[in-house]
Amino acid sequence: MAAIEASKSSTPLLKDELDIVIPTIRNLDFLEMWRPFFQPYHLIIVQDGDPSRTIKVPEGFDYELYNRNDINKILGPKASCISFKDSACRCFGYMVSKKKYIFTIDDDCFVAKDPSGKEINALEQHIKNLLSPSTPFFFNTLYDPYRDGADFVRGYPFSLREGVPTAVSHGLWLNIPDYDAPTQLVKPRERNTRYVDAVMTIPKGTLFPMCGMNLGFNRELIGPAMYFGLMGDGQPIGRYDDMWAGWCTKVICDHLGLGIKTGLPYIWHSKASNPFVNLKKEYKGIYWQEELIPFFQSATLSKECTTVQKCYLELAKQVKAKLGKVDDYFNKLADAMVTWIEAWDELNPSGASTELANGSTK
Amino acid sequence: MSQISINHDEVDIVIGALQLDLKSFMEEWRPVFSLFHLIIVKDPDLKGELEIPAGFNFDLYTKSDIDGVVGSSSNAISFSGYSCRYFGYLMSRKKYIISIDDDCIPARDSAGNFVDAVSQHITNLSTPATPFFFNTLYDPFCKGADFVRGYPFSLRSGVDCGLSCGLWLNLADLDAPTQALKPELRNTRYVDAVLTVPARTMMPVSGINIGFNRELVGPALLPAFRLAKEGNLRWETVEDIWTGMCVKVVCDQLRLGVKSGLPYVWRKERGDAIESLKKEWEGVKLMEDVVPFFQSLRLSTSAATAEDCLSEIAAVVKEQLAPANPVFARAAETMVEWVKLWKRVQTQ
Repeated sequence: MAAIEASKSSTPLLKDELDIVIPTIRNLDFLEMWRPFFQPYHLIIVQDGDPSRTIKVPEGFDYELYNRNDINKILGPKASCISFKDSACRCFGYMVSKKKYIFTIDDDCFVAKDPSGKEINALEQHIKNLLSPSTPFFFNTLYDPYRDGADFVRGYPFSLREGVPTAVSHGLWLNIPDYDAPTQLVKPRERNTRYVDAVMTIPKGTLFPMCGMNLGFNRELIGPAMYFGLMGDGQPIGRYDDMWAGWCTKVICDHLGLGIKTGLPYIWHSKASNPFVNLKKEYKGIYWQEELIPFFQSATLSKECTTVQKCYLELAKQVKAKLGKVDDYFNKLADAMVTWIEAWDELNPSGASTELANGSTK
Repeated sequence: MSQISINHDEVDIVIGALQLDLKSFMEEWRPVFSLFHLIIVKDPDLKGELEIPAGFNFDLYTKSDIDGVVGSSSNAISFSGYSCRYFGYLMSRKKYIISIDDDCIPARDSAGNFVDAVSQHITNLSTPATPFFFNTLYDPFCKGADFVRGYPFSLRSGVDCGLSCGLWLNLADLDAPTQALKPELRNTRYVDAVLTVPARTMMPVSGINIGFNRELVGPALLPAFRLAKEGNLRWETVEDIWTGMCVKVVCDQLRLGVKSGLPYVWRKERGDAIESLKKEWEGVKLMEDVVPFFQSLRLSTSAATAEDCLSEIAAVVKEQLAPANPVFARAAETMVEWVKLWKRVQTQ
């Protein structure tokens, strides 16, 4: 019942337990604005595009940087599962990290202000979200009951008030909203100005479109599910990387009894990508989505899937069996999903495949 | 929120009067209530005359009206206390019903503006709901928002909204143990969102501030789950929680939506959580059985109306829950009687 204390001083920094993963093809100037909040942390920069370019990291940040040559060197033939010329390459950062938590952010996302004008420490809010339980089994109408000033409402069974571990914290964006290309074309001037002061758990059995722009997750709990797919160069689709990861992650979280939260924190999304370019990337996805959603909605995993890797591999089999006929892309994607897990296990030989304490699946 | 033009003839505001003096309540709501037809139902156990200020268009129902209509079913169905409002739902012929507890007054939003809760409920009820996929920007039909990237296009027309669940500032709808443990806790957070509660996700519906589409789900808003020591404070009841879950099951079955969030009302201080806890704690315990029951409830494909759904729910309650506790047996009986009563009254 008791909410965790929300005062700034009592949210742990987790500076040795959290990596910030940033994909970039341009520059990292945006880090200057984030400096007060990000400087204590280790950064993993995944440089997309031309590896001969030098990406300058602002002074004073502790970081490791990987370009395409590094990715090829480290993964060898398995590097084929990591996208090129797409921010989906960021998941390489998840794989090489050795930390418990990951926060990932796009290089066109800046610090937002709350309605009182105060700058929002997005990372701190993600940490709060990840360190407090989720409540996927019964919807709390006052949203996150563990937040300061909130609680479970009348009618919420006490047996469900302990919640489950939170695997993912999905943040939102003010200013340029995360719309698909058709919506962007119809509403080029729309800006998200509504600050919704809530965090909530996405209920079990419900899918959502996950956005990778402002995302935190517990790498130990769910890391291997966060594969951002085959996008970009040589691929028939783009801008579905984070959503693909989100649907796989949600199915697996539902199966393993883990929670996903959405809502705060907000960041300020500054750059509107070109809607015509986006339309070309998304075009096939808009049709394929209609098959993907029923697929994920009805996906079930067997009781033997007690680790994230096992869940993911079973999902990959199902992708091949059921989506292969939609397009050959899904056969390649299913293979890449397997390659991803192999690469993950190679780079993370122990600890990351923790079975849940009681091996329970719901 | 987007402005919808409201046809006032389509709305009834139903007030269950659990206290005699409605003057301050109605004065606070006058800017809104004076535009609509009201149905005021006096708690049949309340003795004395109601004090209602002038300038409202209303119908008043009291114990004698209830007895007159309900007749022989009065054995099974109790309209005492908070349940008196259900009689108002029974009598209404309008499309939309909004109901607010008589200890709630209009709230103010973060900018200090008066919140027209009725208007917001009607907006919620007359715009589509999206129960089959979660939109991370909440209500996509509200001004300034839309569906996010990744939301399947085939699901973007949404479905009709059957129920709109509002929230409360100041005294939130917490149960007695929770409020007793945190006596100073008040809800000061104004969350500027409406969202659709996903299909097959259960939730505790608070009766304090709701709106519904009577034509779509009317019979499902029923008085059924009466605790042995039920009282006149929300801490001493869970009838609305039971009813709300019936409505959610019905909506899921009929592919209708349930929304939660705005509007807020301001709930005044009333009662003592510890005193209520001493009096009635059974409701809290019963939720342990009620919630899993509704979560696993599956209706047959032939249940195509709210009445059909309720009859099926009642049958399963009788079979599965009634043996454990007489409260459930009574609830099942009451549900059956209510459906009969509803059908009879609606065809008159």
